[in-house]
Amino acid sequence: MANEVCFRTLHRDRSWTLDVYESEGGYEALKKVLAGDWSPAEVVDLVKRSGLRGRGGAGFPTGIKWSFISRDMPGDKYIVCNSDEGEPGTFKDRDILRYNPHALIEGMIIAGYVIDAVAGYNYIRGEFWEPYERFEAALDEARQAGYLGKDILGSGYDYDLHTHLGAGAYICGEETALLESIEGKKGQPRFKPPFPAQFGLFGRPTIINNTESLASIPDILRQGADWFRELGVENSGGSKLFSVSGNVNRPGNFEVPLGTPFAELLEMAGGVTKGRKLKAVIPGGSSAPVIPGDQMMDLNMDYDSIQNAGSMLGSGAVIVMDDSNCMVKVLDRMSYFYHEESCGQCTPCREGTGWLYRVVHRIETGRGRQEDLALLDDVAARIAGRTICALGDAAAMPVQGMLKHYRDEFQYHIDHKKCMVGAGG
Amino acid sequence: MSDKKVTIEVDGRKLEATAGQMLIEVTDAAGIEVPRFCYHKKLSIAANCRMCLVEVEKAPKPLPACATPVMDGMVVKTRSPLAIQAQQGTMEFLLINHPLDCPICDQGGECELQDVAIGYGDDASRYVEVKRVVKDEDIGPLIETEMTRCIHCTRCVRFGAEIAGIRELGATGRGEHMRIGTYVGTTVTSEMSGNVIDLCPVGALTAKPSRYQARAWELTQTNAIAPHDSVGSNVHLHLRRGQVMRAVPADNEAINETWISDRDRFAYQGLSAGDRATQPLVKENGGWRPIEWSDALALAVEKLRDARAEANALAAPHATLEELFLLRKLMAGLDAPSLDYRLRQADFRATSAVPGYGLSIADIERLDAALLVGSNLRKDLPIINHRLRKAALNGGDVMVLNPVDYEFNYPLGGALITSPSNMVASLAGIARAVGVSADGAIGELIDGAAENDETNRLAARLTAADKAWVAVGALAEAHPDYAVLQAIASAIAEASGAVFGFLPMASNSVGAALVGCVPSDGGLDAVQQLSQPGKTSILLDIEPAQDCLNPAQAMRTLDETAFVIAISSFASDSLKACADLILPMAAFAETSGTFINGEGVWQRFDGCVRPLGEARPGWKILRVLGTMLELDGFDYESPAQVHDEVRAMIGDRGIDNSLDDPGDVEPWRPKGMQRIGDVPIYRIDALTRRATALQQTGEPVSALACINAALAKRLRIADRGQVKVGQGGKSVVMAVRVSERVPNDTVWCPAAVDGSELLGPQIGDITLEKA
Repeated sequence: MANEVCFRTLHRDRSWTLDVYESEGGYEALKKVLAGDWSPAEVVDLVKRSGLRGRGGAGFPTGIKWSFISRDMPGDKYIVCNSDEGEPGTFKDRDILRYNPHALIEGMIIAGYVIDAVAGYNYIRGEFWEPYERFEAALDEARQAGYLGKDILGSGYDYDLHTHLGAGAYICGEETALLESIEGKKGQPRFKPPFPAQFGLFGRPTIINNTESLASIPDILRQGADWFRELGVENSGGSKLFSVSGNVNRPGNFEVPLGTPFAELLEMAGGVTKGRKLKAVIPGGSSAPVIPGDQMMDLNMDYDSIQNAGSMLGSGAVIVMDDSNCMVKVLDRMSYFYHEESCGQCTPCREGTGWLYRVVHRIETGRGRQEDLALLDDVAARIAGRTICALGDAAAMPVQGMLKHYRDEFQYHIDHKKCMVGAGG
Repeated sequence: MSDKKVTIEVDGRKLEATAGQMLIEVTDAAGIEVPRFCYHKKLSIAANCRMCLVEVEKAPKPLPACATPVMDGMVVKTRSPLAIQAQQGTMEFLLINHPLDCPICDQGGECELQDVAIGYGDDASRYVEVKRVVKDEDIGPLIETEMTRCIHCTRCVRFGAEIAGIRELGATGRGEHMRIGTYVGTTVTSEMSGNVIDLCPVGALTAKPSRYQARAWELTQTNAIAPHDSVGSNVHLHLRRGQVMRAVPADNEAINETWISDRDRFAYQGLSAGDRATQPLVKENGGWRPIEWSDALALAVEKLRDARAEANALAAPHATLEELFLLRKLMAGLDAPSLDYRLRQADFRATSAVPGYGLSIADIERLDAALLVGSNLRKDLPIINHRLRKAALNGGDVMVLNPVDYEFNYPLGGALITSPSNMVASLAGIARAVGVSADGAIGELIDGAAENDETNRLAARLTAADKAWVAVGALAEAHPDYAVLQAIASAIAEASGAVFGFLPMASNSVGAALVGCVPSDGGLDAVQQLSQPGKTSILLDIEPAQDCLNPAQAMRTLDETAFVIAISSFASDSLKACADLILPMAAFAETSGTFINGEGVWQRFDGCVRPLGEARPGWKILRVLGTMLELDGFDYESPAQVHDEVRAMIGDRGIDNSLDDPGDVEPWRPKGMQRIGDVPIYRIDALTRRATALQQTGEPVSALACINAALAKRLRIADRGQVKVGQGGKSVVMAVRVSERVPNDTVWCPAAVDGSELLGPQIGDITLEKA
């Protein structure tokens, strides 16, 4: 049971075209919404009942987010789609843009209609040139078919979508930094509250959702909230795209129901390369704490299971590591990423991410000191929960996770100035 | 924000607060210290330094007090282990990349980072890696940068965006690469830029003119009133060994809030100029000779006795109230009616008794509309412009009728840019659109005026506004039809329900008017005095070559005057050219006194440093002259006695903007091209003109002619070439710039700059030809 929602049309040739999408029931949900089969309030209710949670990483219930903005609020309102997909290990939204752009467009129009938005913006990661072109082509098709623009399908509703190509900063995937970036400012997160629902794009009420969340909307309406919810498990409705990468034989995106055992997902990805032993898994993108392989093999891929194991389902980026990996080296690379991508706005992240990286790096390069592990614990704790946005937490959590599960490897590096993995110990 | 009152508990104390207030405002008001760097009460909230993290019950993590709105029943702990740990954590992070070069840092001793580090920092750092180093930019003559010290609080960036209104500094780069700079390497040009020096919590931005000259702990702080404009900004002077080392703002919400203009900050440099008058000087056979005070005073008395009722006197409007009062009393004692302070006024047909703003400075920011007539407000009165900017950002319409399209740091609600001679007709057009009904000649002028879209738009906005202001500025004052402009502007205000006011320039213009430093019956006004050579003239703190409407004529007339007594802080070459006796007078900071600002607020100040050399406070010089002339009532023993007397004389009188009827309104008709001679921001008075750093900022300091492309083409003049500019038979060769800010057939040719002393009236006929 796979490819039920966002990848439902993946088996078709040229699945990204309007013809194919329509032949698979595409834009039916939109037509019903515009025809009044469901009132905007009923749409929000359906999304709530579907159990859809934000697929970008935080897992906030989409329907509840939508209910923060009433269509009666005066003035301009906006829909923003976050296709920045910057979390290392994540590459699912790219495939939605490439293979099913119309599902996203339909979802964004429905969302727009629900709050009576004047326009929607899709913020696409700077490196996604091909998906950007394909999404733009789909927008053209949708405009020509009357799904966008003035008086959509004779409903009297005017709405259009625009794409905004990012420029490669990880921080612009943070929703308020993304809004700043669309506004033409330096991509830096805003202090919250106020949240985008009150003060969003151009200071106006804004719904900002992940690509996968919005692309799930048409099928939720067409096939029903219950259908969607029952695809998954308690508290984790629907199916989800997992980007499986690392030491697996068949890396790629897999859409499976939430609650699918990790072992099954690993199987779908062809198992661990060269028959090696599974050492560790980062289950939800690089900022999610690592989980040891043995523990991971007993877990199911849903929000609660992963959270109870001390990590996060996050964006669904599953990074698989076999026993040839040195965890110090892994953390060295990850810490460098957060050091490089901190926006620099607030003190703990600007100063702390560089410090973390430098300490990890000196351990990795055989210059570690005995006090360094305690220092890493302390610096990470002084970043986590002290910053404007979640990047500080994202930088601290991998450090904390690695030290929790693989402290002995770090200690070995410090004691012996070399790698435990390479030494065979 | 609602006015709902809530009660919160901070460190066990119950505190009243208004719902929606930020926690730090409440703790600040209660005197509970929460450390901070990025928060500033006048700037938007950034919450980026994370120094003010405090523990709030029920919150899962520490919250920044600067960005946490209070809620009823909130329980806050600013000193709990969690809060302290968070604050210490931030402190440690802030210090890892800070150079800790306090011993060579000008901020040392008055540094917020130092102060907070004492409370929250450790004595040793756990960070052993290489620190960040940032290359410095040269951002101009006023602000020194040492960006390696920057802690990225962005106060300076927010100041530019929110207060100065020009985004000159910004943050570029991410993470540790983030730096504050101009990005394109330009100079910071805001007329309020120096405030970032105070805002910067570390030594990243310090005052360039005083760099490396004194340590904070060597300085003593005194209070003073800035003498450079009619705002009367409150300042602290920082002194060392009897010398003013720096000026910084003193908070006064009703006047300058927490800001001062760069002029008020850096003009003190002029105090140590090389041409300060330090001993009495007398002209003999074309040369100058030092002379004893007693001989100098005796000579002055002799010449005044000779002239008696025919004596003339001109006083600078930035002289103290006490000085102006004593000068008036001296002249009255001599039965001499010719006295004036309106050195740049062109037209005396009608005047108001005591011209002033007409409303309070604080009220200016609450205006819905304002019409400025002949004012480069941003450069003339930076603090008033800042208030008006707030009104504009709040939706108010600030409109101008100007002869130059001056740059404002906010969007104007309308602008009529026209040549000086057309200003009368344009203003009459607005008056007609507003529906002014006036009798007499003014009425005829208005009835005959043409309305157009712009006059109608300005009029509509003025009429629609709830709180509006029509204010006449410095350029109108220099206009040959000033009386007519005033009369029409006043009528517009009356018809549209606006407040009518003036934008007096000098720190004591209002005081001068209130003590009556104007001609009494049969006396000569400033223009008359400077066009007919007399017997004996007193100049009180004036440099005629720069401070008068028509410097060429003023210099010629004074030269031909039998005896000119200059009571002056400076003995410039131009003053020496026209004066016969120089009595050295104490300058700003060297004398006590009183200024009455444009709003009518009396502000007294003490002298805080000794007058240079043999210079004496102006009030003492005038007092002794009075005594030696055997005039009644000059036996004062202290300036306080003078003050009390002038206080009693003025009584309850204050600003009075009501006008006389100008009578004759036959307008000035230019013969050809017209000069627009405004006074550049850093040429306003003798002290400012000698402030070397301000003279290097790029504001006009030497003669310059600006014309538009059409005129340049007609005269075959190329941009940045040289032109010969002529007024009143004399001509000066100067640089030319082509700018579309200038209307047709006009030459924007600033006054009070080097080279302009040979020219004629600030607004008048002018000739221009290729040099």
